[in-house]
Amino acid sequence: MALRKVGALNRLRLAALIPMLAVLGGCNLVVMSPAGDVAAQQRDLVVISTVLMLIIIIPVMALTVFFAWRYRAANKQATYEPDWDHSTGLELIIWAAPLLIIICLGALTWMGTHLLDPYRKLDRIAAGRPVPAAMKPLEVEVVALDWKWLFIYPEQGIAVVNELAAPLDRPIHFRITSSSVMNSFYIPALAGQIYAMPAMQTRLHAVINKAGRYQGFSANYSGAGFSGMRFGFLGLSEGDFDAWVAKAKEAGGTLDRAAYLELERPSENVPVKFFAATEPSLFDAIRNLCVQPGKMCMNEMMALDAKGGLGLAGIHTTLPLAYDKYTRRGGEAPFGAQPSYIASICTIEEAKAMLAQAPADTTPRDLTPMRGLGLPLPALTSRRPQSFSELLSQARPSNS
Amino acid sequence: MTSASAPHSLLFGRLTLESIPIHEPILIATFAVVALGGLAVVGALTYFKLWGYLWREWFTSVDHKKIGIMYMVLGLIMLLRGFADAIMMRIQQAMAFNGSEGYLNAHHYDQIFTAHGVIMIFFVAMPLVTGLMNYVVPLQIGARDVSFPFLNNFSFWMTTAGAVLVMMSLFIGEFARTGWLAYPPLSGIAYSPDPGVDYYIWALQVAGVGTTLSGINLICTIVKMRCPGMTLMKMPVFTWTSLCTNILIVATFPVLTAVLALLTLDRYVGTNFFTNDFGGNPMMYVNLIWIWGHPEVYILILPAFGIFSEVTSTFSGKRLFGYTSMVYATVVITILSYLVWLHHFFTMGSGASVNSFFGITTMIISIPTGAKIFNWLFTMYRGRIRFEAPMMWTIAFMLTFVIGGMTGVLLAVPPADFVLHNSLFLVAHFHNVIIGGVLYGLFAGMIYWFPKAFGFRLHPLLGKFSFWFWVVGFWFAFMPLYILGLMGVTRRMRVFDDPSLQIWFVIAGVGAFLILLGIVCFLAQIAYSIWKRDELRDVTGDPWNGRTLEWATSSPPPAYNFAFTPVVHDNDAWTDMKRRGYVRPLDGFRPIHMPKNTATGIVLAGISAALGFALIWHIWWLAAVSFAVIVVTAIAHSFNYHRDFYIPAEEVVQAEDERTSLLAGSRA
Repeated sequence: MALRKVGALNRLRLAALIPMLAVLGGCNLVVMSPAGDVAAQQRDLVVISTVLMLIIIIPVMALTVFFAWRYRAANKQATYEPDWDHSTGLELIIWAAPLLIIICLGALTWMGTHLLDPYRKLDRIAAGRPVPAAMKPLEVEVVALDWKWLFIYPEQGIAVVNELAAPLDRPIHFRITSSSVMNSFYIPALAGQIYAMPAMQTRLHAVINKAGRYQGFSANYSGAGFSGMRFGFLGLSEGDFDAWVAKAKEAGGTLDRAAYLELERPSENVPVKFFAATEPSLFDAIRNLCVQPGKMCMNEMMALDAKGGLGLAGIHTTLPLAYDKYTRRGGEAPFGAQPSYIASICTIEEAKAMLAQAPADTTPRDLTPMRGLGLPLPALTSRRPQSFSELLSQARPSNS
Repeated sequence: MTSASAPHSLLFGRLTLESIPIHEPILIATFAVVALGGLAVVGALTYFKLWGYLWREWFTSVDHKKIGIMYMVLGLIMLLRGFADAIMMRIQQAMAFNGSEGYLNAHHYDQIFTAHGVIMIFFVAMPLVTGLMNYVVPLQIGARDVSFPFLNNFSFWMTTAGAVLVMMSLFIGEFARTGWLAYPPLSGIAYSPDPGVDYYIWALQVAGVGTTLSGINLICTIVKMRCPGMTLMKMPVFTWTSLCTNILIVATFPVLTAVLALLTLDRYVGTNFFTNDFGGNPMMYVNLIWIWGHPEVYILILPAFGIFSEVTSTFSGKRLFGYTSMVYATVVITILSYLVWLHHFFTMGSGASVNSFFGITTMIISIPTGAKIFNWLFTMYRGRIRFEAPMMWTIAFMLTFVIGGMTGVLLAVPPADFVLHNSLFLVAHFHNVIIGGVLYGLFAGMIYWFPKAFGFRLHPLLGKFSFWFWVVGFWFAFMPLYILGLMGVTRRMRVFDDPSLQIWFVIAGVGAFLILLGIVCFLAQIAYSIWKRDELRDVTGDPWNGRTLEWATSSPPPAYNFAFTPVVHDNDAWTDMKRRGYVRPLDGFRPIHMPKNTATGIVLAGISAALGFALIWHIWWLAAVSFAVIVVTAIAHSFNYHRDFYIPAEEVVQAEDERTSLLAGSRA
């Protein structure tokens, strides 16, 4: 009778577990069962690390409960040693056990991080399937906009808003940037995330192995429309992918600079939109903040700066460099300088002509040499030293 | 959207009637409740004529014990605000499915999650931790006060001024909509032109002054004011962890101040440190803020570790196992905490070697932390464990925190972080360590030292209710978030389109309500204990059979803490004294030199809040005036030569005689 009761109780308990299981079964643990090889390897690392750590976590939890129960004040049977506070052997174990686990985990981390570096080219499509030598990755350029995603396919020439597709078992190479603020480009079924940052480019290599429709989104909060910044990611067979590209081509429309500037404006919950053609190098213009006509590209600015900059005139020419302010979501700093622009700088020929007309005394007042990147050091302007010893002898006063 | 042509008046800056959110019914209702509550408090204080008492005995007090208690009150009040934010988020996320937008629009919701993070870290955890250190450390080292008592009062009021600014943003204007660390470019002037981010900046800058100065103060106190015999390796562990925490504070808060100052320059004078254009680099902000932000985590958890050490040893009736390795573990954690900040942004595109380096340093921190857990475990081993409330919190901590630690190490593996970063898994992880570590520790500490501070214990039954609601509520609230994270759900979402997620958010919401009951029970416990204080009275000053010096004096301790400076011979100084048959000296008392109360702290902090407010709203004349007044007041205060006084010997004799008779009564 008693036995049967226990059995019934157990059955009841099991029955109570069923809704719990149903809930768990109903949910899609996409991180634990992804459809892309990169995400699958990342999942494996999650599992292995967890198991490694459980080796130490479970005994600690069990010991906590056991000691708490065993040495409760009411239990006068248990040994009581109020002054026992040291044991070299135990201390060795205490420090060594976690250390060993961390050594294993550290080795795993070092290898895993290098193998799964998002910037590293894939060498396999799936376990045991290396990438065929002739296979080139699909190039996709990703732009995080306020608050939608733009995908440009440079090979196919198309561009799509809020939908991404890729053929199965072909490596994909993403180049990622953002138009205004930081976002994070994340398709859990495909591969781990990477930040999308304005004026910068990040990369991601991934491959999708199972056909299906997956969720992609921004994983880094970016403002009011962030929740709706979701897109569908389609893993398609070769034929379906071609059909998808064809569909985009049929849709018509060209994503040129003007269309991009229109698209770039903040909007929320944007439906999928195709562009049959894209202006070449649009992505590079976006990344360099120079889609808008009249803006200087960041890479040009950096090249100029690397050569010493534009001098005084450059200081006042800020309008072609102003991107964030005055145009986007926001206001301006109360004490900030107004963007300004020097209409023209004279050419070398004009300058020579002016010098020819000038009065006789045209010697420059300031004879101190120019300092700046790429210019010779002031002390050494007359002649470059031929050797280190010569340089030393120049620097030191001679006492002979 | 505010444009460059936003209205600006000479008198009120950009503050207009539209800044007051009368179109938000939730805020109006909140305001009504706060206003009524505030009126009731002000009315009661006036009716019972308590203003003078509060001003003389508390607001202007430089006594570290009173300042400590005021910090705790501040932390608990702000906990209510921060928790209100939490429960609003939980309701929104449980509702916003199947096309429903929930009940919060983006403008409001985005402020709430930002405010929740900022308040819980800066204005709940920090004041509670600082309050406990302030109260306990001088007592534990046998000192009469901290090194710089006036500075202590000033620090407290600066922290409060920061909290006041955050609270003001609720009813005047708005708070930041950026997330709690306000990453640029989103927090830059171009993308957040409204005063929200300015509230964030100035609240943290004002409070940061308080935190930094309080850190300097406590380091100095611990280094210079220990009683004779207390060498560094005889300091109680809580004092050790406090020392390390304050070293972290002093070394990292300036970084926060600097990075916020750079952001301020970007927002006010148009510099380009963190903008997209003109060569600015937002990644620099992310690095700098986490160089502060990661040590901040250890600033909070180290004192909690100290509390657990004291509690475990006291309630196991046993010396702490492995004191030396505990101290070294603390120091190692302190140093390593500077070397891990990059793990907060593995996904920002650093190379594999950089990521692995920071991943591995992060894992290494788990070694000393693990050693600490084992030390507590072996302190319990062969002890006589009394399951009073502080010990229950400690056991709950050990069982909860290891899970949080495990998920933390998991997130330190960069490829694993790529799939879990910014997800609800991450949110569950840090709540697991901050609630399961810091908060459980604070509860253990508050209950443990409450009888010391007030002379009576907290009622145990309500405490048990509070404990179980918190612990069970925590599991309900955060285990679903782990699962949601594995389902690829990211944080800071306002609406969802996958209906299968809803059940988990509902469970998490239930958990939040259980935690609410836990908070209510805790407050009820305090109220009920005050009511029943005579039954719960402790006259011995040592209700738990404590082991460290704070239990050697009366509860509450006299203003001067110890009539005679104690002399220490062993780690557990008070246990050692009790064992060797310590006899309380009954005569030979002398006048005691003490610092005098001053109103300068509260005045300076008040004007600092005005300065912050003026800068937030671009009221330049007020900013200039209040800045000038701050400087003048500070200089004027330096000419105040009446800073100290002597407690006459007769008063000391009277206080000590009272204690003698109380002790005699308790023995009879």
